[in-house]
Amino acid sequence: MTKTILVFLLCAASLTAQAALDPVQVRQLAAEDSSDKVAAIQQLTQTADPDAVRVLKAMAEDSLFLAGEKAVIINGGKAFDAASGAAIGMPAETESVTVNNRIRGELANALAALKLFDADAGVRLASAQKLQSSVSPAMAPLLARALEKEIDARIKALLTLAYAQANLGNTDPAARLAAVKALAETSSPTIRSVLLPLTEKAGEPDDKVRYEAIAAVKAIDGRLAIAENLGRVFSGLSLGSILLLAALGLAITYGVMGIINMAHGELLMVGAYAAYGMQTLFRAYLPAYIDWYLPAAIPVAFFAAALVGVVMERTVIRWLYGRTLETLLATWGISLVLIQAARVLFGAQNVEVANPSWMSGGIEVMPNLMLPWNRIIIVGFALFVLTLVWVLMNRTRLGMFVRAVTQNRPMAGCVGVPTARIDTMAFALGAGIAGLGGVALSQISNVGPDMGQGYIVDSFMVVVVGGVGQLAGAVWAALGLGIFSKLLEGWAGAVIAKISILVCIIIFIQKRPQGIFALKGRFVE
Amino acid sequence: MRRPLTLRILDTLDRKAWIALAVFLALALVAVPLLHLAVPEDSAFHVSTYVITLIGKIMCYALVAVAMDLIWGYGGILSLGHGLFFALGGYAFGMYLMRQIGRDGSYGADLPDFMVFLDWKEIPWFWSGSDSFLWVAILVVVVPALVAFIFGYFAFRSRIKGVYFSIITQALTYAAMLLFFRNETGFGGNNGFTDFKRVLGFSITSPETRLVLFGLTAVMLAMTLVFASWLVKSKFGRVLTAIRDAESRVMFIGYNPLWYKLTIWVISAVLCGIAGALYVPQVGIINPSEMSPANSIEIAIWVAVGGRGTLIGPVIGAFVVNLAKSWFTVSFPEYWLFFLGLLFIVVTLMLPQGLVGLWKKIMAKKGAEAC
Repeated sequence: MTKTILVFLLCAASLTAQAALDPVQVRQLAAEDSSDKVAAIQQLTQTADPDAVRVLKAMAEDSLFLAGEKAVIINGGKAFDAASGAAIGMPAETESVTVNNRIRGELANALAALKLFDADAGVRLASAQKLQSSVSPAMAPLLARALEKEIDARIKALLTLAYAQANLGNTDPAARLAAVKALAETSSPTIRSVLLPLTEKAGEPDDKVRYEAIAAVKAIDGRLAIAENLGRVFSGLSLGSILLLAALGLAITYGVMGIINMAHGELLMVGAYAAYGMQTLFRAYLPAYIDWYLPAAIPVAFFAAALVGVVMERTVIRWLYGRTLETLLATWGISLVLIQAARVLFGAQNVEVANPSWMSGGIEVMPNLMLPWNRIIIVGFALFVLTLVWVLMNRTRLGMFVRAVTQNRPMAGCVGVPTARIDTMAFALGAGIAGLGGVALSQISNVGPDMGQGYIVDSFMVVVVGGVGQLAGAVWAALGLGIFSKLLEGWAGAVIAKISILVCIIIFIQKRPQGIFALKGRFVE
Repeated sequence: MRRPLTLRILDTLDRKAWIALAVFLALALVAVPLLHLAVPEDSAFHVSTYVITLIGKIMCYALVAVAMDLIWGYGGILSLGHGLFFALGGYAFGMYLMRQIGRDGSYGADLPDFMVFLDWKEIPWFWSGSDSFLWVAILVVVVPALVAFIFGYFAFRSRIKGVYFSIITQALTYAAMLLFFRNETGFGGNNGFTDFKRVLGFSITSPETRLVLFGLTAVMLAMTLVFASWLVKSKFGRVLTAIRDAESRVMFIGYNPLWYKLTIWVISAVLCGIAGALYVPQVGIINPSEMSPANSIEIAIWVAVGGRGTLIGPVIGAFVVNLAKSWFTVSFPEYWLFFLGLLFIVVTLMLPQGLVGLWKKIMAKKGAEAC
């Protein structure tokens, strides 16, 4: 009795496993005519059967053969019945099934669609994402079935979209209307372009659907505009952090010490070349840890730039305290020497500094809003440097001395502050921070001898707008200028934006010659 | 009692200076043309076209340096945007030269080539009348003056001075450079104006035209020097120097520094504009790079090398630095920036009075030894 049941169960099991596909359909895969093959592939796809995947895959790999009137799969010297999947004896005579390009394309589509029924959610997700851009009306029933089975909310949302897109070609206006309504909820440029033909009479005969499509495109446009503006604010934020990094050092040397350092941009360049140097060293000696060259470059850049700063201060700037215009000219001379030195040492061409792998890619916030990792990391890095500077200036002895010398040099000297050494150290600190900014710059822009020149005007603007002697001013001015110029750029183009920013600053200086955050108190020149 | 004008003009310079000026003019107006045209080319005394162009160019620079010295050496205001005024004058005159090309351009059209390239159908409004020499001559003076007046009025009114002023002028010329780089603003974009053919109907490359331009530049430079020395010795010049040394005190006495600064600022800009207009036909090109901040700051170093607060200093500085530049860029191009950079450093550290100051020091030492 038990034996009978067991046999029966085995039979049933083998039946469900092996007789799932219709042998006639499978046979049609090996038909003479391409159109017949395509029809067979589409029918097989509609079954959404895992077995269909096996057969279609075999066909795509050219291991489907015709033996007599039966389609067989020959794989690794063994033959299987294509419809049931059961192993059979090697047939004596086989005929290969031609797979031309049209069939191959059809197979690829079918296999991709069948992945929607894969057991692995990850595979299903990838497949659903792929379908967003290439969905054909013929897939609508298949998608409907996949939608029924799907349990994962994210995949389900994607499938709904794909289903709606497929339904846009439906002959029933009601189905189209529903599809348009569903698509109006999205915010992707591809769906907008899919909907666009429906807003015209030639593309959509039904008035109701057409009006709905016009409304949908409008709604999508609105959301796209929001995303675009958010993107601009973000790139403004990242530009602001770059400006902040460039201007922080300047806020110390100019704002606190009153030195106009026209070579500040070249100190950025020193930092960027330090990053390049570390990259070269890591490539040559530690290729396995190449991704770590950037963290290693941070202290190197800081000390390299600080060293240049010390040399500058000791040899030139020391003799020019209190004569700002002369400092300006002398530091300009230093900047020319540094630029030429970089040309001689590294060549006049830009050098290539690659992003470490952990900085590539980004976070997709919306379909058309991508926040690249390198920008995010730079914003974070700027925050880190800002905190560092703030702590140094407000919580350490060195910072206290620097502030004391700024406020009253003779008195500071009288109570025992080594003013000359403090000057050197403060200048070195400002230079080192410029070096840190250079490391950040090396990740998003070209590294070359002339790279510093472009930042000098901008960073002085930040300091001038922010107000002298103020870190907070520099922060607000940098972020404000960054965001404002990126928003203007989107609206009026890069050059006009730059010019109007400069004009705005000139007007602003009229009103508040001391910057946003003027030092309060009795300061006379 | 006022003395006759001729006497007052004569008073502006001392005897030695007048003699030097006469020698300079004689060289530029008689000796150079003779040596260029009459002496055969293989002779050692022949002055080549290259030399004439080079010296003519440097004389334009010297004019700019004198203008810079008026504002910096006497007014105490360091402008890092004088390249803008120079370029404005140059562009105004350059447009006249473009119109003089006529139909000889590569497109054979009435409009300048770059406008044909942009598919423009007519001359934009701000260039209307640019085919008239007289109107362009007015533009060369009025445009820099107007820009300088508007900018200077607002800057000096809110008492922006020192490095703030320097940096803002730098931003100004930088912004203008970006604007002129654009194709659609009507200034020829990247390439600027070039390929000139004629000026007032004469071929621009003929030796005679070159010599006339050369002579005109020399005369302009000489006249500027006389005018400037009159200006700085006048009451105006004395108040200006006082403002440079102690602005607050001058204000407390009852002068308004605004108008003094503004006047010298506008004069300086106009001189730069004229220099630019003389420069363009001799060099044959004007493009936005003339407005780059680096160019403007180089003007300051000419003045500093020669000696601020003297009028002959800037001329000497312009000649020394630019001759050095043309020698270096031919012989050791890679060392020019090192030299220029070190020049900036050395002059500010060791020669605050420039070469003229050094000369005076040496003479004073000699005089002391003689006693």
